[in-house]
Amino acid sequence: MTVGATTFKQLHLQGVRREFDAFTALKGLDLTIERGEFIALLGPSGCGKTTALNCIAGLLPVSGGRIMLDDRRVDVLRPEERGFGMVFQNYALFPHMTVRKNIGFGLRMRGVPKPELEKRVDAALAAVRLESQAEKLPGQLSGGQQQRVAIARAIVVEPPLVLMDEPLSNLDAKLRLEMRQEIRRIHQSLGSTTIYVTHDQEEALSLADRIVVLRDGAIRQVGTPAELYALPAHLDVADFMGFRNRVNGELVGMEGEDALLNIEGTVIRGRMRAASAGKAAVAAIRPDDLEPTGTDSGIPVRVEAVEYRGRGFHGVGVTASGTELHFASPYPLQRGAAVRLGADAGRVLVFGDAR
Amino acid sequence: MQKSIMSRLWVFAVWAVIGLFLINLLGLIASVVTSSVATRWLGTWLPAGFTTRWYFAAWDEFQLGDVLWVTFQAVGAVVLLSGLLGVPAAYALARREFPAKRAVMLLLLLPLLVPPITYGIPLATVLYKAGLGGTLTGVILANLVPTVPFVVLVMIPFIEQIDPRTEAAARVFGANIFQMFVHVLVPMLMPGVLAALLLVLVRTIGMFELTFLVSGPGSQTLVVALYYAVFASGVRAVQSIDAMAVIYMVTTLVWLIVALRFVNPTQIVGRGKRPAA
Amino acid sequence: MSAVLEGRAEGPTLRQRLAARGIDGATLLVLPCVALILGLFIYPFLYGLMLSFEPKDGSLFGNYARFFSDPFLYGTIFKTLRLAFPVTLLNLLIAIPIAFRVRLMRRQRLLTTLLVLPITLGTVLVAEGMLFYFGPQGWFNRALMAVGLLSTPISVLNGYWGVFISLVLTGFPFTFLLTLSYVTGIDPSLENAAATLGAGPAARFREVFLPLLIPGLAITFCLSFVQAYSVLPSAVLVGDPAGATRVISIAAYQAAFEEYDYSMASAIAMIMGAVQLLVVVAVLGCRSLFYRGPAAGAKG
Ligand SMILES: Nc1ncnc2c1ncn2[C@@H]1O[C@H](COP(=O)(O)OP(=O)(O)OP(=O)(O)O)[C@@H](O)[C@H]1O
Ligand SMILES: [Mg+2]
Repeated sequence: MTVGATTFKQLHLQGVRREFDAFTALKGLDLTIERGEFIALLGPSGCGKTTALNCIAGLLPVSGGRIMLDDRRVDVLRPEERGFGMVFQNYALFPHMTVRKNIGFGLRMRGVPKPELEKRVDAALAAVRLESQAEKLPGQLSGGQQQRVAIARAIVVEPPLVLMDEPLSNLDAKLRLEMRQEIRRIHQSLGSTTIYVTHDQEEALSLADRIVVLRDGAIRQVGTPAELYALPAHLDVADFMGFRNRVNGELVGMEGEDALLNIEGTVIRGRMRAASAGKAAVAAIRPDDLEPTGTDSGIPVRVEAVEYRGRGFHGVGVTASGTELHFASPYPLQRGAAVRLGADAGRVLVFGDAR
Repeated sequence: MQKSIMSRLWVFAVWAVIGLFLINLLGLIASVVTSSVATRWLGTWLPAGFTTRWYFAAWDEFQLGDVLWVTFQAVGAVVLLSGLLGVPAAYALARREFPAKRAVMLLLLLPLLVPPITYGIPLATVLYKAGLGGTLTGVILANLVPTVPFVVLVMIPFIEQIDPRTEAAARVFGANIFQMFVHVLVPMLMPGVLAALLLVLVRTIGMFELTFLVSGPGSQTLVVALYYAVFASGVRAVQSIDAMAVIYMVTTLVWLIVALRFVNPTQIVGRGKRPAA
Repeated sequence: MSAVLEGRAEGPTLRQRLAARGIDGATLLVLPCVALILGLFIYPFLYGLMLSFEPKDGSLFGNYARFFSDPFLYGTIFKTLRLAFPVTLLNLLIAIPIAFRVRLMRRQRLLTTLLVLPITLGTVLVAEGMLFYFGPQGWFNRALMAVGLLSTPISVLNGYWGVFISLVLTGFPFTFLLTLSYVTGIDPSLENAAATLGAGPAARFREVFLPLLIPGLAITFCLSFVQAYSVLPSAVLVGDPAGATRVISIAAYQAAFEEYDYSMASAIAMIMGAVQLLVVVAVLGCRSLFYRGPAAGAKG
């Protein structure tokens, strides 16, 4: 019955679209995923992550485009025929089945003989370290344990592709860190391909081989965590990656790769990320990279607030035109003091014509 | 995604059953309505002509003015009393843990689990002995037996979902139980109360068995009058019975539609059942 | 109510001790309601029970002996069950697939309202309408003859099937409403989970929905059964009240209001209640063999 329970080399999304009445939730996704990759689908709330995952799983029919496993078309298959594993955001454990039954469900549906089924369920229970909880009902488990049952249930059938929809969003911070490592470990030991939906950039950065940033139903950027962290291709991706300061300025020239940007009379250097037709451009800088220069170069600001942050101080300054800048300072500053802020040219991203 | 032939057939079969049910139901209603405005209707698809005179005839023959007034009084009293008795009881059961709570819940469930005829006969006997048989008071009392527990069971989950801290805050600010009820709880519960009472209304208008067993000549509600009219058909023109049936149908239908505007029917039952779990 | 502070020297006051057990002013609000049920339900029931042991012939069990020796009387039990069981089952069996269909629809309101309509009609009006609609000259027979399915009108009235149809029409909406609320109460992601794990539609129903629905369906069955069980008006109006549809409520009614033998009537009512409760207990007993708990995902 199941067609998809074989391995594959590449998963292709080709122009995958999804409409809800007049609203287009996915505007044509194109993406190729290699076997064994851990892909994080990252984006703000409502950008279509769940929709994309549900389309891949077959829980939502696509309105256009194709989903291919190598050269087999899977978007025409029903979810039960695709053979993918899925971990749901609310776990969706069957409340009337014991942990063991829950985990064995997929194998039972595939008609796996009983002895083998038991063996594989035991192995899965061991993989998620729940051997002692096997006979409990899901309602009797803690959140983290339920989470692990959900993962075990999805992976026990050894699916070629595992889909996870914000699996950690219901857990508290500490458990989230632990489970993150667990998920990574399981992924590696299984060698499966994983698509992992999250809106937490830290989670995406720490887990994924590649991150796909989604916004308004379209892919904004695909890259390794390091690429995305250092060089986001769009202003909104930068926004997501922690570039909290955005300053409007005017392009005054180029020096090699570096752009020279005039910000309220001060010229600063930055990496050009998106070309500009006119002169208007935006500089994006992480608060941690922006520091008082201690010299008379840099953007002049008046200090509005300073907070102690353990390793240093976090300051908020306001430029002459009223733009707020968040910065780091190794030493305390007086409120109302005038300082100049500067950053390493490699840490300043310049986006032309950004809107 | 492609649907298999089997699943298409299945969907078709389900819709066919829905269609069959609705066609027959609407045909049945339309028969009554058509007949009530027919001059003569014998052996043809449609009557020979149309008239409204049966409504006037029914109004006089069955003293519908009186019957409607009795119905109005009885139903109004039942709705009011079941609200007044049921909502506070639901509050206590939703908010307090006390020793006899399970017993009280069981006590309230019983009238809903026993057919009205079963307890209606001994109840009628008792009411007749007490001199209340055949009176409006008797009709009202008998109808309270299923409606009060109904209100309680529907309201409990409604109350449970309101944050107890709101009431605590009211108490802290100096409201006594009564003031807290009137100023805090009732406004918050209004949608639920309205829904429950509207359903009580519809149920009571349609409640045949209890009213039938308890009512006398001067205390018949519309359903009971209709039953007697149909039972003794042959005495009156069939069209005027149908006119009466239409009047009955319109009175309940109006309220049902009002009720459905306020509540999603599945919600109310869904809420009503939850305390059991 | 703040002035009541008796016994303040000796630890907690009476009020505090009662409050600790959950009894305070608010708890007393159940009392009127409990009093009503005790007075108008329990007392008449007990009164009826006593009365049933005081038959006209003076012996203790005279009424019961008479009931169980007269086929015209004890036969009514089977006649009632023969109607109520199949009707309730049929209603449940059509309600389930329809509820599953309606669950998937985005605009359920209109259809639900239409399906629920007969609740307002009540048994009396449905019976009256049936006399017309299913009559020999009614639209039902005319339509079937017009399309050639029938050559002579069939008569469903004045017999078992008349009552059966009337009970389906009036009972279905209630069964459907309850079933729908149970079906929509099941977290849809459970079905999705089952689908991604390889379960087809039939397996999803069998493995996931059915076990979760059983407890709710048992309750639905009981409540629908109660309705079908007391079939007085339709059994009289569209049935054969002296023969095939002489149900137990007719026997009770006749004893009370035609023979004025309240003792006998009470005995019949008690038997009726006992049979009904037996069925409910049996059904609910089966229910406890299954999973009971929230039908949402496991997460609370
Ligand atoms: N059934 C639906 N009908 C109409 N619009 C829908 C439906 N499901 C989703 N949408 C819309 O599609 C868009 C994408 O939804 P989706 O659930 O994929 O977001 P998401 O990225 O998963 O967000 P979150 O992080 O909050 O889960 C949203 O704007 C949402 O309003
Ligand atoms: Mg989502």
